[in-house]
Amino acid sequence: MVHTSPKPGLYEQIMAETPGGEALVTCLQCGTCGGSCPSGADMDSTPRRLFAMLMADMDDAVLESNTPWYCVSCYYCTVRCPQAIPITDLMYTLKQSAIAAGKFHKDAHANFSDSFIGYVEQFGRSFEFGLATRFQLTHHPLRTVRKSGLGFDMVRRGRLHTAPDRIRNMPQLTAILNEAKRIAAQPVPAGGVT
Amino acid sequence: MTENGTYVYYPGCSLQSTGRAYDTSTKRVAQHLNLTLNEIEDWNCCGATEYFSVNALPAYSLVARNLALAAETGGAPEVVAPCSACYLNLRKTNDYMHKFKKLGAQVNQALAAGGLHYEGGSLRVRHLLDIIVQDVGYDAIGAQVTRPLQGLRVAPYYGCLIVRPDTGYNTEYPTHLDALMTTLGATVVDFPMKTHCCGGHMTQISEEVAYELIRRILKNAADYGADAIVTLCPMCQLNLDAYQGQVNRTFNTDFNIPVMFFTQLMGLAFGLSTDELGFGSEMVPAMPALSRIGRELPEERERPKRRDKQALPMPTPRGSGRSES
Repeated sequence: MVHTSPKPGLYEQIMAETPGGEALVTCLQCGTCGGSCPSGADMDSTPRRLFAMLMADMDDAVLESNTPWYCVSCYYCTVRCPQAIPITDLMYTLKQSAIAAGKFHKDAHANFSDSFIGYVEQFGRSFEFGLATRFQLTHHPLRTVRKSGLGFDMVRRGRLHTAPDRIRNMPQLTAILNEAKRIAAQPVPAGGVT
Repeated sequence: MTENGTYVYYPGCSLQSTGRAYDTSTKRVAQHLNLTLNEIEDWNCCGATEYFSVNALPAYSLVARNLALAAETGGAPEVVAPCSACYLNLRKTNDYMHKFKKLGAQVNQALAAGGLHYEGGSLRVRHLLDIIVQDVGYDAIGAQVTRPLQGLRVAPYYGCLIVRPDTGYNTEYPTHLDALMTTLGATVVDFPMKTHCCGGHMTQISEEVAYELIRRILKNAADYGADAIVTLCPMCQLNLDAYQGQVNRTFNTDFNIPVMFFTQLMGLAFGLSTDELGFGSEMVPAMPALSRIGRELPEERERPKRRDKQALPMPTPRGSGRSES
Protein backbone atom coordinates (compact mmCIF):
# COMPACT_ATOMS: atom_id res chain seq x y z
CA MET A 1 0.00 0.00 0.00
CA VAL A 2 1.51 3.32 -1.07
CA HIS A 3 0.65 6.36 0.95
CA THR A 4 0.00 9.41 -1.23
CA SER A 5 -1.32 12.00 1.21
CA PRO A 6 -0.29 15.50 0.09
CA LYS A 7 0.26 16.88 3.59
CA PRO A 8 1.38 15.23 6.82
CA GLY A 9 -1.65 13.77 8.55
CA LEU A 10 -2.15 11.60 11.58
CA TYR A 11 -0.26 8.73 9.93
CA GLU A 12 2.95 10.77 9.61
CA GLN A 13 2.45 12.38 13.01
CA ILE A 14 2.08 9.03 14.79
CA MET A 15 5.23 7.68 13.18
CA ALA A 16 7.22 10.82 14.01
CA GLU A 17 6.16 10.79 17.66
CA THR A 18 6.93 7.09 18.26
CA PRO A 19 10.53 5.95 18.76
CA GLY A 20 11.13 3.57 15.84
CA GLY A 21 7.63 4.32 14.55
CA GLU A 22 8.76 4.86 10.97
CA ALA A 23 8.72 1.06 10.57
CA LEU A 24 4.96 1.38 10.15
CA VAL A 25 5.47 2.17 6.44
CA THR A 26 6.54 -1.45 6.00
CA CYS A 27 3.24 -2.87 7.35
CA LEU A 28 2.22 -5.85 5.20
CA GLN A 29 -1.37 -5.96 6.47
CA CYS A 30 -0.77 -9.61 7.39
CA GLY A 31 -2.98 -9.48 10.47
CA THR A 32 -0.59 -11.25 12.83
CA CYS A 33 -1.13 -8.41 15.32
CA GLY A 34 -4.90 -8.78 15.45
CA GLY A 35 -4.67 -12.57 15.59
CA SER A 36 -2.28 -12.39 18.53
CA CYS A 37 -4.18 -9.78 20.50
CA PRO A 38 -5.81 -11.07 23.72
CA SER A 39 -8.41 -8.30 23.67
CA GLY A 40 -8.84 -8.15 19.89
CA ALA A 41 -12.40 -9.41 20.19
CA ASP A 42 -13.36 -6.34 22.20
CA MET A 43 -11.82 -3.84 19.82
CA ASP A 44 -13.90 -2.12 17.16
CA SER A 45 -10.95 -2.53 14.78
CA THR A 46 -8.02 -4.88 15.04
CA PRO A 47 -4.59 -3.19 15.03
CA ARG A 48 -4.16 -4.28 11.39
CA ARG A 49 -7.40 -2.60 10.37
CA LEU A 50 -6.56 0.51 12.38
CA PHE A 51 -3.26 0.85 10.53
CA ALA A 52 -5.07 0.45 7.20
CA MET A 53 -7.45 3.25 8.27
CA LEU A 54 -4.46 5.41 9.23
CA MET A 55 -2.90 4.92 5.82
CA ALA A 56 -6.24 5.77 4.22
CA ASP A 57 -6.31 9.10 6.10
CA MET A 58 -9.38 8.17 8.13
CA ASP A 59 -7.95 10.26 10.96
CA ASP A 60 -11.13 10.96 12.90
CA ALA A 61 -12.26 7.34 12.82
CA VAL A 62 -8.83 6.27 14.08
CA LEU A 63 -8.85 8.77 16.95
CA GLU A 64 -12.36 7.76 17.98
CA SER A 65 -11.59 4.03 17.85
CA ASN A 66 -11.54 2.06 21.10
CA THR A 67 -8.64 -0.09 19.86
CA PRO A 68 -5.71 1.59 21.67
CA TRP A 69 -7.77 1.75 24.89
CA TYR A 70 -8.30 -2.00 24.91
CA CYS A 71 -4.59 -2.67 24.40
CA VAL A 72 -3.38 -4.54 27.50
CA SER A 73 0.27 -3.84 26.68
CA CYS A 74 1.28 -7.50 26.45
CA TYR A 75 3.62 -6.93 23.46
CA TYR A 76 2.54 -10.15 21.68
CA CYS A 77 1.90 -8.17 18.48
CA THR A 78 5.24 -6.38 18.75
CA VAL A 79 7.32 -9.55 19.05
CA ARG A 80 5.32 -11.43 16.41
CA CYS A 81 5.22 -8.66 13.79
CA PRO A 82 7.27 -9.87 10.79
CA GLN A 83 8.22 -6.25 10.06
CA ALA A 84 9.32 -5.45 13.62
CA ILE A 85 6.85 -2.58 13.92
CA PRO A 86 6.63 -1.32 17.53
CA ILE A 87 2.86 -1.78 17.59
CA THR A 88 2.39 -1.45 21.35
CA ASP A 89 4.31 1.84 21.35
CA LEU A 90 2.19 3.07 18.42
CA MET A 91 -0.92 2.30 20.49
CA TYR A 92 0.44 4.51 23.28
CA THR A 93 1.06 7.33 20.80
CA LEU A 94 -2.46 6.93 19.40
CA LYS A 95 -3.90 7.30 22.90
CA GLN A 96 -1.93 10.51 23.39
CA SER A 97 -3.14 11.87 20.05
CA ALA A 98 -6.75 10.96 20.83
CA ILE A 99 -6.53 12.78 24.17
CA ALA A 100 -4.85 15.81 22.56
CA ALA A 101 -7.59 15.95 19.91
CA GLY A 102 -10.33 15.47 22.52
CA LYS A 103 -11.64 12.53 20.53
CA PHE A 104 -10.81 9.61 22.76
CA HIS A 105 -13.26 6.77 23.01
CA LYS A 106 -16.16 7.40 25.34
CA ASP A 107 -15.11 4.56 27.64
CA ALA A 108 -13.53 5.74 30.83
CA HIS A 109 -10.02 4.47 30.13
CA ALA A 110 -8.40 7.85 29.61
CA ASN A 111 -9.84 9.01 32.89
CA PHE A 112 -8.28 6.06 34.72
CA SER A 113 -4.86 6.93 33.32
CA ASP A 114 -5.39 10.56 34.27
CA SER A 115 -6.32 9.71 37.87
CA PHE A 116 -3.30 7.43 38.18
CA ILE A 117 -1.00 10.17 36.92
CA GLY A 118 -2.65 12.71 39.18
CA TYR A 119 -1.59 10.74 42.25
CA VAL A 120 1.92 10.17 40.90
CA GLU A 121 2.33 13.89 40.21
CA GLN A 122 1.07 14.72 43.68
CA PHE A 123 2.92 12.13 45.75
CA GLY A 124 5.61 10.59 43.51
CA ARG A 125 4.12 7.15 44.17
CA SER A 126 1.01 5.41 42.93
CA PHE A 127 -1.93 5.25 45.33
CA GLU A 128 -4.06 2.22 44.55
CA PHE A 129 -6.64 2.70 47.25
CA GLY A 130 -7.43 6.27 46.20
CA LEU A 131 -7.32 5.37 42.54
CA ALA A 132 -9.64 2.37 42.76
CA THR A 133 -12.07 4.12 45.07
CA ARG A 134 -12.27 7.31 43.04
CA PHE A 135 -12.51 5.55 39.70
CA GLN A 136 -15.10 2.99 40.75
CA LEU A 137 -17.25 5.54 42.56
CA THR A 138 -17.24 7.81 39.51
CA HIS A 139 -17.83 5.22 36.84
CA HIS A 140 -19.39 2.17 38.49
CA PRO A 141 -21.04 3.31 41.74
CA LEU A 142 -23.03 0.10 42.05
CA ARG A 143 -20.03 -2.12 41.46
CA THR A 144 -18.17 -0.21 44.17
CA VAL A 145 -20.50 -1.68 46.75
CA ARG A 146 -19.90 -5.17 45.39
CA LYS A 147 -16.14 -4.66 45.23
CA SER A 148 -15.80 -2.97 48.60
CA GLY A 149 -15.59 -6.40 50.28
CA LEU A 150 -12.48 -7.15 48.26
CA GLY A 151 -11.02 -3.76 49.14
CA PHE A 152 -11.71 -4.37 52.81
CA ASP A 153 -10.01 -7.78 52.68
CA MET A 154 -6.99 -6.23 50.99
CA VAL A 155 -6.73 -3.53 53.66
CA ARG A 156 -7.07 -6.13 56.41
CA ARG A 157 -4.20 -8.14 54.91
CA GLY A 158 -2.02 -5.05 54.77
CA ARG A 159 -2.09 -5.05 50.97
CA LEU A 160 -3.74 -1.65 50.50
CA HIS A 161 -2.63 1.50 52.26
CA THR A 162 -5.49 3.86 52.93
CA ALA A 163 -3.12 6.86 52.95
CA PRO A 164 -0.65 7.56 50.14
CA ASP A 165 3.12 7.10 50.41
CA ARG A 166 5.10 10.16 49.41
CA ILE A 167 8.59 10.69 48.15
CA ARG A 168 10.73 13.27 49.97
CA ASN A 169 11.97 15.35 47.08
CA MET A 170 8.66 16.21 45.43
CA PRO A 171 9.92 19.67 44.30
CA GLN A 172 12.61 17.97 42.23
CA LEU A 173 10.18 15.56 40.57
CA THR A 174 7.71 18.37 39.90
CA ALA A 175 10.41 20.50 38.27
CA ILE A 176 11.42 17.58 36.03
CA LEU A 177 7.86 16.78 34.99
CA ASN A 178 6.97 20.42 34.33
CA GLU A 179 10.01 20.86 32.13
CA ALA A 180 9.18 17.62 30.27
CA LYS A 181 5.63 18.85 29.68
CA ARG A 182 6.93 22.19 28.42
CA ILE A 183 9.20 20.43 25.90
CA ALA A 184 6.45 18.00 24.90
CA ALA A 185 4.08 20.89 24.15
CA GLN A 186 6.43 22.21 21.49
CA PRO A 187 5.95 21.01 17.89
CA VAL A 188 7.63 17.70 17.07
CA PRO A 189 11.04 18.46 15.55
CA ALA A 190 11.62 17.54 11.93
CA GLY A 191 12.72 13.94 11.72
CA GLY A 192 10.67 12.91 14.75
CA VAL A 193 11.67 12.11 18.31
CA THR A 194 14.38 9.65 17.40
CA MET B 1 27.06 -10.45 37.94
CA THR B 2 28.40 -7.53 39.91
CA GLU B 3 31.65 -8.40 41.61
CA ASN B 4 30.39 -8.80 45.14
CA GLY B 5 26.76 -9.74 44.51
CA THR B 6 25.59 -6.17 45.14
CA TYR B 7 22.76 -4.64 43.14
CA VAL B 8 20.74 -1.46 43.04
CA TYR B 9 17.21 -2.33 44.17
CA TYR B 10 14.08 -0.70 42.74
CA PRO B 11 11.10 -2.20 44.60
CA GLY B 12 8.33 -0.15 42.93
CA CYS B 13 4.99 0.90 44.40
CA SER B 14 3.25 -2.48 44.27
CA LEU B 15 5.86 -4.10 46.49
CA GLN B 16 5.01 -1.56 49.18
CA SER B 17 1.31 -2.45 49.14
CA THR B 18 -0.53 -5.11 47.11
CA GLY B 19 2.65 -7.14 46.55
CA ARG B 20 4.13 -6.73 50.02
CA ALA B 21 4.77 -10.48 50.34
CA TYR B 22 7.01 -10.27 47.27
CA ASP B 23 9.18 -7.57 48.87
CA THR B 24 9.39 -9.47 52.16
CA SER B 25 10.34 -12.76 50.52
CA THR B 26 12.74 -11.12 48.06
CA LYS B 27 14.71 -9.47 50.85
CA ARG B 28 14.76 -12.63 52.95
CA VAL B 29 15.89 -14.85 50.08
CA ALA B 30 18.52 -12.31 48.96
CA GLN B 31 19.92 -12.29 52.49
CA HIS B 32 20.03 -16.09 52.49
CA LEU B 33 21.95 -16.06 49.19
CA ASN B 34 24.33 -13.30 50.33
CA LEU B 35 23.06 -10.83 47.75
CA THR B 36 23.07 -7.17 48.75
CA LEU B 37 20.16 -5.09 47.49
CA ASN B 38 20.76 -1.36 47.90
CA GLU B 39 17.43 0.40 47.56
CA ILE B 40 17.43 3.58 45.45
CA GLU B 41 17.10 6.54 47.79
CA ASP B 42 13.74 8.34 47.33
CA TRP B 43 12.72 6.44 44.17
CA ASN B 44 9.44 7.37 42.51
CA CYS B 45 6.70 5.46 40.66
CA CYS B 46 7.61 4.11 37.19
CA GLY B 47 4.32 5.35 35.74
CA ALA B 48 3.08 1.80 35.03
CA THR B 49 1.21 1.68 31.73
CA GLU B 50 -0.74 4.83 32.54
CA TYR B 51 1.72 7.67 32.11
CA PHE B 52 2.85 6.47 28.67
CA SER B 53 -0.79 6.58 27.56
CA VAL B 54 -1.10 10.28 28.20
CA ASN B 55 2.19 12.05 27.71
CA ALA B 56 5.34 10.23 26.61
CA LEU B 57 8.13 12.68 27.45
CA PRO B 58 7.09 13.26 31.08
CA ALA B 59 6.65 9.47 31.32
CA TYR B 60 10.22 8.82 30.18
CA SER B 61 11.45 11.62 32.46
CA LEU B 62 9.60 10.14 35.44
CA VAL B 63 11.40 6.82 34.90
CA ALA B 64 14.71 8.54 34.15
CA ARG B 65 14.75 10.23 37.56
CA ASN B 66 14.97 6.73 39.04
CA LEU B 67 17.79 5.79 36.68
CA ALA B 68 19.71 8.96 37.53
CA LEU B 69 19.32 8.25 41.26
CA ALA B 70 20.22 4.59 40.69
CA ALA B 71 23.49 5.57 39.04
CA GLU B 72 24.45 7.30 42.30
CA THR B 73 23.56 4.26 44.42
CA GLY B 74 26.10 1.72 45.62
CA GLY B 75 25.86 -1.48 43.59
CA ALA B 76 25.55 0.30 40.23
CA PRO B 77 25.75 -0.50 37.30
CA GLU B 78 23.15 -3.25 37.77
CA VAL B 79 19.58 -2.32 38.70
CA VAL B 80 17.21 -5.07 39.73
CA ALA B 81 13.41 -4.78 39.65
CA PRO B 82 11.12 -7.57 40.90
CA CYS B 83 8.00 -6.09 39.25
CA SER B 84 7.64 -6.86 35.54
CA ALA B 85 6.06 -3.49 34.71
CA CYS B 86 8.77 -1.54 36.56
CA TYR B 87 11.37 -3.73 34.85
CA LEU B 88 9.91 -2.95 31.43
CA ASN B 89 9.70 0.80 32.02
CA LEU B 90 13.20 1.09 33.45
CA ARG B 91 14.67 -1.09 30.70
CA LYS B 92 12.78 0.65 27.91
CA THR B 93 13.70 4.15 29.07
CA ASN B 94 17.31 3.09 29.53
CA ASP B 95 17.45 1.56 26.03
CA TYR B 96 15.52 4.30 24.25
CA MET B 97 17.57 7.13 25.80
CA HIS B 98 20.64 5.38 24.44
CA LYS B 99 19.24 4.37 21.05
CA PHE B 100 17.17 7.46 20.21
CA LYS B 101 19.51 10.39 20.78
CA LYS B 102 16.94 13.19 20.45
CA LEU B 103 14.74 11.52 23.02
CA GLY B 104 17.73 11.07 25.33
CA ALA B 105 18.62 14.74 24.99
CA GLN B 106 15.06 15.87 25.71
CA VAL B 107 14.79 13.66 28.78
CA ASN B 108 18.10 15.03 30.05
CA GLN B 109 16.87 18.57 29.46
CA ALA B 110 13.92 17.73 31.74
CA LEU B 111 16.16 16.02 34.31
CA ALA B 112 18.39 19.09 34.41
CA ALA B 113 15.45 21.08 35.79
CA GLY B 114 15.82 18.86 38.86
CA GLY B 115 19.61 19.00 38.88
CA LEU B 116 19.98 15.46 37.54
CA HIS B 117 21.55 13.82 34.49
CA TYR B 118 21.54 10.27 33.17
CA GLU B 119 23.58 8.69 30.42
CA GLY B 120 21.20 6.30 28.62
CA GLY B 121 22.52 2.74 28.59
CA SER B 122 25.10 3.28 31.34
CA LEU B 123 23.20 1.02 33.74
CA ARG B 124 22.00 -2.51 33.10
CA VAL B 125 18.38 -3.09 34.09
CA ARG B 126 17.48 -6.63 35.08
CA HIS B 127 14.56 -8.57 36.44
CA LEU B 128 15.00 -10.34 39.77
CA LEU B 129 14.39 -13.78 38.24
CA ASP B 130 17.20 -13.17 35.72
CA ILE B 131 19.61 -12.39 38.57
CA ILE B 132 18.58 -15.53 40.41
CA VAL B 133 18.95 -17.96 37.51
CA GLN B 134 21.90 -16.32 35.70
CA ASP B 135 24.05 -14.83 38.46
CA VAL B 136 23.34 -17.12 41.39
CA GLY B 137 22.64 -20.10 39.14
CA TYR B 138 20.72 -23.34 39.52
CA ASP B 139 23.62 -25.23 41.09
CA ALA B 140 24.17 -22.73 43.89
CA ILE B 141 20.42 -22.59 44.51
CA GLY B 142 20.14 -26.37 44.52
CA ALA B 143 22.90 -26.51 47.13
CA GLN B 144 20.77 -24.38 49.47
CA VAL B 145 17.67 -26.58 49.23
CA THR B 146 17.08 -28.27 52.57
CA ARG B 147 13.34 -28.88 52.31
CA PRO B 148 12.60 -29.78 48.66
CA LEU B 149 9.10 -28.98 47.44
CA GLN B 150 8.50 -32.70 46.80
CA GLY B 151 4.98 -33.42 45.60
CA LEU B 152 3.95 -29.83 44.97
CA ARG B 153 2.60 -29.34 41.45
CA VAL B 154 3.24 -25.80 40.25
CA ALA B 155 2.22 -23.93 37.12
CA PRO B 156 5.00 -21.43 36.31
CA TYR B 157 3.33 -18.20 35.19
CA TYR B 158 5.61 -15.66 33.50
CA GLY B 159 3.06 -13.12 32.24
CA CYS B 160 4.04 -10.69 29.51
CA LEU B 161 6.70 -8.22 30.37
CA ILE B 162 9.51 -10.42 31.62
CA VAL B 163 9.84 -11.91 28.13
CA ARG B 164 8.36 -9.23 25.85
CA PRO B 165 9.54 -7.23 24.04
CA ASP B 166 12.78 -9.14 23.58
CA THR B 167 14.70 -9.79 26.78
CA GLY B 168 16.88 -12.67 25.58
CA TYR B 169 14.47 -15.38 26.73
CA ASN B 170 11.98 -17.12 24.48
CA THR B 171 9.19 -14.57 24.02
CA GLU B 172 6.39 -17.15 24.08
CA TYR B 173 7.60 -20.28 25.83
CA PRO B 174 10.38 -19.47 28.29
CA THR B 175 11.55 -22.20 30.65
CA HIS B 176 13.83 -20.57 33.22
CA LEU B 177 11.16 -20.36 35.93
CA ASP B 178 10.29 -24.01 35.17
CA ALA B 179 13.93 -24.97 35.67
CA LEU B 180 14.12 -23.00 38.92
CA MET B 181 11.04 -24.79 40.28
CA THR B 182 12.49 -28.17 39.31
CA THR B 183 15.68 -27.20 41.13
CA LEU B 184 13.58 -26.56 44.25
CA GLY B 185 12.15 -30.08 43.97
CA ALA B 186 8.67 -29.11 42.75
CA THR B 187 6.82 -30.85 39.94
CA VAL B 188 6.28 -28.46 37.02
CA VAL B 189 3.05 -28.98 35.09
CA ASP B 190 2.59 -28.20 31.41
CA PHE B 191 1.15 -24.73 31.20
CA PRO B 192 0.57 -23.48 27.65
CA MET B 193 -0.86 -20.17 28.93
CA LYS B 194 2.35 -19.35 30.79
CA THR B 195 3.03 -16.08 28.91
CA HIS B 196 -0.53 -14.94 28.31
CA CYS B 197 -1.78 -11.66 29.69
CA CYS B 198 -3.37 -11.43 33.17
CA GLY B 199 -5.44 -8.43 32.10
CA GLY B 200 -3.24 -5.77 33.68
CA HIS B 201 -5.24 -2.68 34.62
CA MET B 202 -8.39 -3.99 32.89
CA THR B 203 -9.75 -5.29 36.23
CA GLN B 204 -10.45 -1.64 37.03
CA ILE B 205 -11.48 -0.40 33.60
CA SER B 206 -13.21 -3.26 31.84
CA GLU B 207 -14.10 -6.23 34.03
CA GLU B 208 -15.48 -8.22 31.10
CA VAL B 209 -12.13 -8.15 29.33
CA ALA B 210 -10.07 -8.79 32.46
CA TYR B 211 -12.11 -11.62 33.97
CA GLU B 212 -12.03 -13.63 30.74
CA LEU B 213 -8.25 -13.28 30.51
CA ILE B 214 -7.88 -14.36 34.14
CA ARG B 215 -10.32 -17.24 33.67
CA ARG B 216 -8.30 -18.70 30.79
CA ILE B 217 -5.14 -18.78 32.86
CA LEU B 218 -6.80 -20.26 35.95
CA LYS B 219 -8.57 -22.90 33.83
CA ASN B 220 -5.35 -23.88 32.13
CA ALA B 221 -3.56 -24.30 35.46
CA ALA B 222 -6.51 -26.24 36.89
CA ASP B 223 -6.74 -28.50 33.81
CA TYR B 224 -3.15 -29.56 34.31
CA GLY B 225 -3.71 -30.27 37.99
CA ALA B 226 -1.57 -27.49 39.48
CA ASP B 227 -1.65 -27.10 43.27
CA ALA B 228 -0.37 -23.55 42.92
CA ILE B 229 0.49 -20.93 40.33
CA VAL B 230 3.91 -19.38 40.81
CA THR B 231 4.49 -15.87 39.52
CA LEU B 232 7.12 -13.15 39.34
CA CYS B 233 5.01 -10.02 38.98
CA PRO B 234 2.88 -8.28 41.62
CA MET B 235 0.21 -7.29 39.07
CA CYS B 236 -0.15 -10.89 37.83
CA GLN B 237 -0.34 -12.12 41.43
CA LEU B 238 -2.97 -9.52 42.32
CA ASN B 239 -5.17 -10.27 39.32
CA LEU B 240 -5.04 -14.06 39.60
CA ASP B 241 -5.36 -14.09 43.40
CA ALA B 242 -7.60 -11.20 44.42
CA TYR B 243 -9.99 -11.51 41.48
CA GLN B 244 -10.29 -15.30 41.56
CA GLY B 245 -13.49 -15.00 43.59
CA GLN B 246 -15.00 -12.49 41.15
CA VAL B 247 -14.06 -14.75 38.23
CA ASN B 248 -15.74 -17.71 39.96
CA ARG B 249 -18.91 -15.67 40.49
CA THR B 250 -18.90 -14.37 36.91
CA PHE B 251 -18.36 -17.72 35.18
CA ASN B 252 -19.89 -20.00 37.79
CA THR B 253 -16.58 -21.80 38.26
CA ASP B 254 -14.91 -23.02 41.43
CA PHE B 255 -11.21 -22.31 40.96
CA ASN B 256 -9.29 -22.42 44.19
CA ILE B 257 -5.64 -22.07 43.18
CA PRO B 258 -3.25 -20.13 45.40
CA VAL B 259 -0.90 -17.77 43.58
CA MET B 260 2.58 -17.45 45.09
CA PHE B 261 5.72 -15.53 44.30
CA PHE B 262 8.73 -17.58 43.20
CA THR B 263 10.73 -16.02 46.02
CA GLN B 264 8.27 -17.46 48.54
CA LEU B 265 8.78 -20.96 47.15
CA MET B 266 12.55 -20.48 47.12
CA GLY B 267 12.41 -19.52 50.79
CA LEU B 268 10.31 -22.56 51.66
CA ALA B 269 12.77 -24.87 49.92
CA PHE B 270 15.61 -23.17 51.81
CA GLY B 271 13.83 -24.08 55.05
CA LEU B 272 12.74 -20.54 55.93
CA SER B 273 9.49 -20.06 57.84
CA THR B 274 6.20 -19.06 56.16
CA ASP B 275 6.20 -16.05 58.46
CA GLU B 276 9.44 -14.66 57.06
CA LEU B 277 8.17 -15.09 53.51
CA GLY B 278 4.99 -13.06 53.74
CA PHE B 279 2.56 -15.97 53.56
CA GLY B 280 -0.90 -15.27 54.92
CA SER B 281 -1.63 -12.14 52.89
CA GLU B 282 -2.93 -14.06 49.88
CA MET B 283 -6.69 -14.02 49.21
CA VAL B 284 -6.85 -17.64 48.04
CA PRO B 285 -5.28 -19.44 51.02
CA ALA B 286 -1.91 -21.04 50.29
CA MET B 287 -2.41 -23.46 53.18
CA PRO B 288 -3.85 -26.49 51.33
CA ALA B 289 -0.99 -26.39 48.83
CA LEU B 290 1.64 -25.90 51.55
CA SER B 291 0.29 -28.82 53.56
CA ARG B 292 1.21 -31.05 50.60
CA ILE B 293 4.85 -30.33 51.37
CA GLY B 294 4.39 -30.56 55.11
CA ARG B 295 4.39 -26.84 55.75
CA GLU B 296 1.92 -24.90 57.83
CA LEU B 297 0.97 -21.30 58.20
CA PRO B 298 1.35 -19.65 61.58
CA GLU B 299 -1.83 -20.36 63.53
CA GLU B 300 -4.40 -17.67 63.16
CA ARG B 301 -5.00 -15.86 66.40
CA GLU B 302 -8.03 -17.23 68.20
CA ARG B 303 -10.83 -14.70 67.91
CA PRO B 304 -13.05 -14.19 70.96
CA LYS B 305 -16.40 -15.85 70.39
CA ARG B 306 -19.29 -13.45 70.18
CA ARG B 307 -21.75 -15.76 71.94
CA ASP B 308 -21.04 -17.96 74.87
CA LYS B 309 -22.31 -21.50 75.14
CA GLN B 310 -24.74 -20.57 77.89
CA ALA B 311 -26.73 -18.28 75.62
CA LEU B 312 -30.12 -19.33 74.36
CA PRO B 313 -30.15 -21.01 70.95
CA MET B 314 -31.07 -18.97 67.90
CA PRO B 315 -34.69 -19.37 66.78
CA THR B 316 -35.08 -22.01 64.08
CA PRO B 317 -36.67 -20.91 60.81
CA ARG B 318 -40.09 -22.32 59.98
CA GLY B 319 -40.23 -25.55 58.04
CA SER B 320 -36.70 -26.47 59.02
CA GLY B 321 -37.76 -29.93 60.10
CA ARG B 322 -38.52 -29.32 63.75
CA SER B 323 -41.97 -30.66 64.59
CA GLU B 324 -44.30 -28.05 66.04
CA SER B 325 -47.12 -29.16 68.25
